Amino acid sequence: MSGQPIYVPKSGLAKWFETRLPLFGFLHHSFVAIPNPRNLNYWWTFGGILAFMLGFQIATGVVLAMHYTPDSKLAFLSVEHIMRDVNYGWLLRYAHANGASMFFAVVYIHMLRGLYYGSYKAPREVLWILGVIIYLLMMATGFLGYTLPWGQMSFWGATVITSLFGAIPLVGSTITTWLWGGYAVDNATLNRFYALHYLLPFMILGVVFLHIWALHVVGSNNPLGVEKKTEKDTLPFHPYFTAKDGFALVVFLIVFAWFVFYIPSYLGDADNYIQANPLQTPAEIVPEWYYLPYYAILRSIPSKILGVTALFSAILLFAFLPWLDRSPVRSASFRPLYRIFFWLFVATVVGLGYIGANRPEGAYVIAGRILTICYFSFFLIVLPLLPLIEKTKPLPASIADAVLGRPARPSLNPGHSSASEVR
Amino acid sequence: MPHVPSPDPLLASDPLPGTPHEAEPRRRDFLFLATGAFGVVGTIAALVPLFAQLTPDASTIAAGGPIDIDLKGIQPGQMIIARWRSRPIFIIRRTPSLLKTLQSPELVALLSDPFSRVNQQPDYAANWHRSIKPDYGVLVGICTHLGCIPEFFPNPSATTPTGDWLGGYFCPCHGSKYDLAGRVFRGVPAPYNLPVPPYRFVSDTMLRIGENPEGSTYDLDDIVQL
Repeated sequence: MSGQPIYVPKSGLAKWFETRLPLFGFLHHSFVAIPNPRNLNYWWTFGGILAFMLGFQIATGVVLAMHYTPDSKLAFLSVEHIMRDVNYGWLLRYAHANGASMFFAVVYIHMLRGLYYGSYKAPREVLWILGVIIYLLMMATGFLGYTLPWGQMSFWGATVITSLFGAIPLVGSTITTWLWGGYAVDNATLNRFYALHYLLPFMILGVVFLHIWALHVVGSNNPLGVEKKTEKDTLPFHPYFTAKDGFALVVFLIVFAWFVFYIPSYLGDADNYIQANPLQTPAEIVPEWYYLPYYAILRSIPSKILGVTALFSAILLFAFLPWLDRSPVRSASFRPLYRIFFWLFVATVVGLGYIGANRPEGAYVIAGRILTICYFSFFLIVLPLLPLIEKTKPLPASIADAVLGRPARPSLNPGHSSASEVR
Repeated sequence: MPHVPSPDPLLASDPLPGTPHEAEPRRRDFLFLATGAFGVVGTIAALVPLFAQLTPDASTIAAGGPIDIDLKGIQPGQMIIARWRSRPIFIIRRTPSLLKTLQSPELVALLSDPFSRVNQQPDYAANWHRSIKPDYGVLVGICTHLGCIPEFFPNPSATTPTGDWLGGYFCPCHGSKYDLAGRVFRGVPAPYNLPVPPYRFVSDTMLRIGENPEGSTYDLDDIVQL
């Protein structure tokens, strides 16, 4: 059914090439034969969608770069030129701008899946940290890209974000001046942001390569969080997971197309259709939706240096998950208490996002502070301490046993499922 | 894909109930082909905008409209260069002596296409002076070899730009030579005469480049080679 487990070149030319560069054997191993846990559910299809979105953003971005002018006097007009004059320019720009939002939506689902099923636990720490690095690069790329249309939100977003670095003691103002290339955000800033916005996606591509490499070394986690042991636990990548990933991609593209063709400006800000004015800040300044939770954390703390520290810590904590979470059981399916805290964490992040979109006044400030405490408590209190009180459910002996309907092996220690089964 | 019965209960669910076990084509084959065909069509549809954006955009095309040139300032024997559709347009006011040279058998014998037989100009310029009025020559100033702008040397010279120069255009890139009607010499790299753009006289002293005289539908896209 699944074809050869090992690539065998058939033609003479293929044999000649394969002995000199085993490229097709490598590709066959990586994307055809590689055995995956047979119980992967649809939450595991978002990695493939992310790979697609990276390619999509690079393709549309390169094309937009052919028409965009990175000059503070011309940038805004060149974006209008793309929208009005360039053939399919409206489609390419809306696809790229909404593509960024889709990219983040998918990466958040991908990260939450990892959080729910404990995908960061040994031996997948490096795989997870590479993912956090990709996420950081994505955030930088998204921010840089948002400045390029040189609207009011572009300009003032760039001003606020670059000023964050001014909070760093001793070197803060030097770093900010480096970012600006002048006395404030201006033409020099736009030029370097454009260059970096073009560069970073290719750095992401490099880290994605490492991410996939690491994935293929340790293998995918799965909804049970039990390692695959025999061939019975697995299915070859092709056709089982190519078909599943492909179907998920199509469903995702329908949602994406709905945004691009029906509500292309829904996720954007109307103020960004006003050309940047360095002498007037807009009445309400908010970042793109995918940064809002962090923005709410920043505003919840009434101190510049502490606010900025909290903002960056909130992101960097993800990298320490493999050591913060002390439970030997990976999947939340077997962790009844963790499952509750997981959904509370999701609610916290959504709540912070809602607060980040509103003016920091009255009840929003108080709610923001409470949720900021909740956010950090999840990482620093719940994850390390929960295993001390949580009674996990018994783990199945193998993936095949669980999937093919054999009863779970009675656990010798019902309170703490044996850690040896996880490793 | 040959069907191998599998002992695995998950795999054994294929083919679907009610389907004969070895029936060809199977439902899965159909789905595979239908999905593949749809994927190919979708990919091609997605590539259309990526390539369409490479073609000139609406503002570029709009900027390519006709332009008017006032001829009053051009003295006899002088040439000006106008810019139309990003290209240099030579407008030369030829003196009676220059016109006489154009007709001299000595010159005509050296030309590759002296009677403008190759389609490099509109019908209304397919004559010995390659223009509407003999006094005014209008040419696209792009060498038909590799796109450089030929230089203007109207006067005969024994040395400049080359020996025994009769007056005309000389391309500095690869030495192609044209006369003052844009006709290319034999034995140079350029294959064709300089193109003539569509133009007409709005009045005796006003030239409009980009518009034909009444009755002509000539377009620069119609010529053999720019």
